[in-house]
Amino acid sequence: MTLLDELEARSISIIREAYFRIAPLGMLWSMGKDSTALLWLVRKAFLGSVPFPVILLDTEMELPEVYAFRDQLERDWNLDVRNELCPPESSIDATLAPATRAAARKTAGLRELIAREQLRGVIVGIRRDEQSMRAKERVFSPRLPDGAWDVKHQPAELWDVYHTDVADGQHVRIHPLLDWTEVDVWRYTQREEIPIVPLYLARDGKRYRSLGEKNITVPIDSKAASIEEIIAELETTRQPERAGRLMDHESEDAFERLRTGGYM
Amino acid sequence: MNQLRVVAVGHVDHGKSTLIGRLLHETGNLPDGKVAELRTIAERRGVPFEWSFVLDAMQSERDQAVTIDTTRIWMRTPEREIVLIDAPGHKEFLRNMVTGASDADAALLLVDALEGVSEQTRRHALLLELIGVPRAVVVINKMDRVDYDVHRYTAIRAEMEALLQRTGVAATAFVPTDAREGENVVAAGSPRMAFYEGPSVLEALIALPERARGASDALRIAVQGIVRHDLQRIILGRIESGELATGREVLISPARRSARVASLEVWPPREKVTARAGESIGFTLDGPYFVDRGDVISDTGHAPTLATSFRARLLWLGAGTLEAGGSYRMRFGTRTATVEVAMVERVIDIESLGKGDGDGIARTNDVAEAVFTSAQTLPLDVVGDHPGLARFILLDGLDIVAGGTILATLNTGSAGDLVPVGHLLDARARARRNGHLGAVVWFTGLPGAGKSTIAMEVERRLFEGGCHAYVLDGDNVRAGLNKDLGFSPEDRHENIRRVGELAALFADSGTIAIASFISPYRSDRATARRAAGAAFHEIYIKADAATCEARDPKGHYAKARAGALPSFTGITGDYEEPQNAELVVDTSVLSVEDAVDTVLAYIDERILAPVRPGGSLLARTPLEADSP
Repeated sequence: MTLLDELEARSISIIREAYFRIAPLGMLWSMGKDSTALLWLVRKAFLGSVPFPVILLDTEMELPEVYAFRDQLERDWNLDVRNELCPPESSIDATLAPATRAAARKTAGLRELIAREQLRGVIVGIRRDEQSMRAKERVFSPRLPDGAWDVKHQPAELWDVYHTDVADGQHVRIHPLLDWTEVDVWRYTQREEIPIVPLYLARDGKRYRSLGEKNITVPIDSKAASIEEIIAELETTRQPERAGRLMDHESEDAFERLRTGGYM
Repeated sequence: MNQLRVVAVGHVDHGKSTLIGRLLHETGNLPDGKVAELRTIAERRGVPFEWSFVLDAMQSERDQAVTIDTTRIWMRTPEREIVLIDAPGHKEFLRNMVTGASDADAALLLVDALEGVSEQTRRHALLLELIGVPRAVVVINKMDRVDYDVHRYTAIRAEMEALLQRTGVAATAFVPTDAREGENVVAAGSPRMAFYEGPSVLEALIALPERARGASDALRIAVQGIVRHDLQRIILGRIESGELATGREVLISPARRSARVASLEVWPPREKVTARAGESIGFTLDGPYFVDRGDVISDTGHAPTLATSFRARLLWLGAGTLEAGGSYRMRFGTRTATVEVAMVERVIDIESLGKGDGDGIARTNDVAEAVFTSAQTLPLDVVGDHPGLARFILLDGLDIVAGGTILATLNTGSAGDLVPVGHLLDARARARRNGHLGAVVWFTGLPGAGKSTIAMEVERRLFEGGCHAYVLDGDNVRAGLNKDLGFSPEDRHENIRRVGELAALFADSGTIAIASFISPYRSDRATARRAAGAAFHEIYIKADAATCEARDPKGHYAKARAGALPSFTGITGDYEEPQNAELVVDTSVLSVEDAVDTVLAYIDERILAPVRPGGSLLARTPLEADSP
């Protein structure tokens, strides 16, 4: 088995565990490369269909190419897309730095959605190699009633014998891509010919390496105009993936505060 | 595949995070500016810079200078990708240490050269064995604190060799290091430790053998669920070990039915005839067999053992104690079962790693061996043969209280690997002639719940459908076989025990025995289940006490209220609801007709379909969706 085969098989098995054990279930789709690859894995897990709603936490700040990509895949892949409008920034904790505060709108949007739809499980395409706080995550990660992540008291998670029970009034986050790296996702996207938002590919010497909202994400200098060139670039770069995400750099614990509060 | 996952373990403060920080730095695996950023932060906080800051990115960890949770970091070298899993050394974070270790192919086990082998070192070695990490690179760190003394190195090495030999973890190298200064970390041949001629830590990691999946060749798939697709029932699961191929005969456990693989299903659709260990797969069988989540698919020759009792070794993580009588939910493979602790045989003594006697009680963070029993017959593997499905967790409510492995199966009652082949064929021959399996269909429920009414109607419908069926109930059993028994608690237990044995004999003869008894005690029903093994089907005829009393078909409630029936179950409230009934029929919402149809649909799938594909007692109605 190749590394990609191994990663794929494990992710599919996690997605199936979530589906057969937890309901109601939903999946977050940001239209980025990770959650789109995840959507592809869901289709593999259920032989072509996506048997739960696919949720976009919409701040109305995505780039136009991203919205166009959503509309196209919704049609082509026959997805049940739920566009969840996030609360305005004025309603978010004012002690957070500006970009962090903008990002926290998604946390608030997700919290409202979970409460309204009574979701017991939310599948999210985060990876351990993205960020050191995410490196500590569990595959099945229980949340406190307000959606917060109690990082200091996480339960044991042994082998692939997952604890899939959910306490009343709470939900669990499911992270099928935790073991994948950025370059794994690109290699898989290339191998499986999964569509991507064209903003990932360099134009005029710039490309988005990590795709966030237009108000808090900046493109990086790059000449990588194809997936093959992106993979080559990643094999030599020593820049972190989220360098273009403004909220990560506002203060030392910015991302920690976001995550423990329930951010993805 | 050349990737390797390595967990770093050992006593707190023996330098794991420092070693990893240093490894990453020297192999060029840190992002530009990361070390500079952390130096600036350290300066701002007025603390000296530590290499462990690279991993301990979380604020609280920097404050306490210990690793709280497992974290991981990808290290690329020209030879192979190594995923380093940093696990906490503190005893109170043991659950996080085992979490990290359970994903690892090998371990980096650190020992402080000055402090030597500690209790925590021993405990971690023991847990590596329990979790199933096969190999370790031992790092004897902080050699600067013992002036790079070769004798100190040799003594610790000998002690570690002995320790690992006892736990069955293979040590591939014993590297003396000074991780803070980078001695023997990436390049071997530190001039300060000229006595050492072995590999550096990095070289030892690169030399580790590749991960091997599927320790055995025997097929194992734990069924995750069923989906319907183009009118097919597609079984979904991951191949734990062995190989699956179209046309191959497989066995479904615990039902112990054999079937042939009709097709392998993947998306995007393509012709696929074989699937190997590790693959997540979909497949169909050549008939409408009843397969459900939790079932195990195996070769016909090497099936899991069916047993109601087993011995296990486990790490007890619960805040309370583990002792005889405790009841937990156990998850293994994709199955959840209720198990009871029969006895805590021993708690492992960490100092000697020997089998201490103890007081029959395991406490938080103890590694113990215990015997468990289950009311249900379970398809079990033992860790020495098929590790994949022999691993389990125990749940107390919503809390994980233990992780462990099954060492041996103990009570293999019926139909296990020990059953003579001739006997199995006899049962098959009978089933073929009758057109159904022999079975015990056990109705339990409160007086007035509708057991008798439904039992008699089901018996009639089965008879009309050409099946051999017979109702056993209080009236026909107490009149003869059990006329020596009264209604004392002992006699009631004995009554059910005899009925259980009788029903099992009926089932063995090929008949569908419908046993209709209040049978209020779980332990009694468990005894009946043990007698019939996999042929036992517990059906809970459910209705709340008020409904039953309002119905009162035999006038018993009225008599009991008047004091004429002192130990009447409906009034005394000592009925123990089934926890794992195969079917629950709620007669407070279903009509008699619908209740009967529900039971018949179940019998269709579980008792008829294996022998008579397509045959049905019902006008075919669409089945319930399989998904939640």
